Amino acid sequence: MFLARRELWFARGRFLLMGAVVALIALLMTLLSGLAVGLSQDGVSGLQQVPATSFAFEQGVSTDSAFSRSVVGPSQVQAWQSQPAVRAAAPFGNTLANARTNRGVEIDLALFGVQVGSFMDPEVADGRRLGTGSDIVVSKTAADAGVAVGDTVTLEPSGTELTVTGVLADQHTFGHVDVGYVPLRTWQEVKAGVRAGDVVPEHVYQEFTAVAVEAEPGQSPDLTAGDAAAGTTSLTREQSYAASPGYTAETSTLTLIQVFLYAISALVIGAFFTVLTIQRRHEIAVLRAMGASTGYVLRDSLAQSLGLLLAATSVGIAVGVACGAAIESTSMPFSLEAGPVSAAAIALVLTGLLGAAAAVVRVVRVDPLNALGASR
Amino acid sequence: MNPALRLSDVSLVLGDGEELVTALDNVSLAVERGELVAVIGPSGSGKSSLLAVAGALTEPTSGSVHVDDDDLTAASARTKSRIRRERIGFVFQSGNLVPALTSLDQVRLPLTFGRVRDPREPIELLREVGMEHKAGRRPHQLSGGERQRVGIARALVNRPTLLLVDEPTAALDRQRSHDVVALLQREAHNHGVGTVMVTHDHDVLEHCDRVLEMVDGRLSPIAT
Repeated sequence: MFLARRELWFARGRFLLMGAVVALIALLMTLLSGLAVGLSQDGVSGLQQVPATSFAFEQGVSTDSAFSRSVVGPSQVQAWQSQPAVRAAAPFGNTLANARTNRGVEIDLALFGVQVGSFMDPEVADGRRLGTGSDIVVSKTAADAGVAVGDTVTLEPSGTELTVTGVLADQHTFGHVDVGYVPLRTWQEVKAGVRAGDVVPEHVYQEFTAVAVEAEPGQSPDLTAGDAAAGTTSLTREQSYAASPGYTAETSTLTLIQVFLYAISALVIGAFFTVLTIQRRHEIAVLRAMGASTGYVLRDSLAQSLGLLLAATSVGIAVGVACGAAIESTSMPFSLEAGPVSAAAIALVLTGLLGAAAAVVRVVRVDPLNALGASR
Repeated sequence: MNPALRLSDVSLVLGDGEELVTALDNVSLAVERGELVAVIGPSGSGKSSLLAVAGALTEPTSGSVHVDDDDLTAASARTKSRIRRERIGFVFQSGNLVPALTSLDQVRLPLTFGRVRDPREPIELLREVGMEHKAGRRPHQLSGGERQRVGIARALVNRPTLLLVDEPTAALDRQRSHDVVALLQREAHNHGVGTVMVTHDHDVLEHCDRVLEMVDGRLSPIAT
């Protein structure tokens, strides 16, 4: 680092310019990471927080739209309850609805129908848990949007009226829509489009979206065997995220952008160090003529690029976190988490180092003989 | 005691196919410790090739090269690199200093390449070449003669057996040329360093112990 450190300081204008480019890429990576996590939470945080370890859907259903297309029944719940390593199985309903409160707040809801008292019946942070048929427990984000305990929520167009009895602790959203938990029978009536006073056919109460399965602690039920016994198609909770509307399209788009940014970063840094190495050819020849080994020159050049990458990435992330804090206070789905930001930073430094390594490896080909003769 | 440098029947043929050029033609030379030998000759006569072979920068086509008791012709690339680091000092045209380093750091630089036994103190060396007062200056803040003095200090920091000097006065005026070569002579004599200086400058030959002329790759003595 003797030479690398001094050259970084001596040519600080040049390195500052390059560092600014890396810092901007790091800033973009941080913002993209926040957007990816925010969109992911907005899409599936309602599923991330259910105690189910897997969902059993209708056999053969398309897995990318399973929550909207699947229909299963009570016999399949019973079949799953008797499977080894299964602690509990319960009906689960999922449908989207438009609603308006008695105070005029318009809100879209992802209605999760659960059996009251089952393991899927959620705890609340405010108010009380689900009880009678007209209760609804809503996400904290719905409360932030103006829905309060005691409000009457009217679903459109059926006109079904529900009373908000509780608010969940954190964000619970599904497909960018706030989650509202309702008793299973209410959910079944909403799903069937039943209006007040209608006669409800019995089959309505025999249908729901999926079987929510909770594994015994530390065990994994054999999903294939369970599906064969129950006539279902299972997805683990994590796999079921892909069945959330738009989730796969959003995450794959952002992942692609991130991958391109890594590649661009490697190319930009590689190009910079290629030019730098070419400009230093004579100096490197002098160093090697004086007895510096190839390893010494390589280590020195790589240490220089590592120093530049670490400093610039740190600055970019610091600015990104500051910008992120401002964005998080808006309605934009954005959430900075240490894990994804650290992973993005490490990936940026590693790909940058890879680009630099491809460039500085040219020093191996510098002939020390070039040190002799006319020079600068 | 072995000579600082011993070349025996060294030939160097450059190029390939029909474009072969004999850069060195059966050159034999012994340079004793503390001796300053000048090699003069027209451009393209083989002077730089002589330095390249003596400094383990290129391998001769035939013959043998010894620096003290080290046989360069049989050495691996890694060993040659070590010999250059430990036993040979180079003084290049215009100093060839690293732009980012101060004068003091230029002299420290060779000591960072690897272990050097019994190196000289960099600041002492700068004092010896009259550059202590400019230890914190970078090359662009120095005159041509000052850059050469720093280059000489850098070449001596590892207590070399052999000093190879390439056109040290090429960019200097008459007075500075004399100062630089007188400095080389003093260092060679005081510290027992065998020195080979390639030059076009006949004005500075008075400081040299021996003068040789290179013509068409052949080396012959000139009376001084």
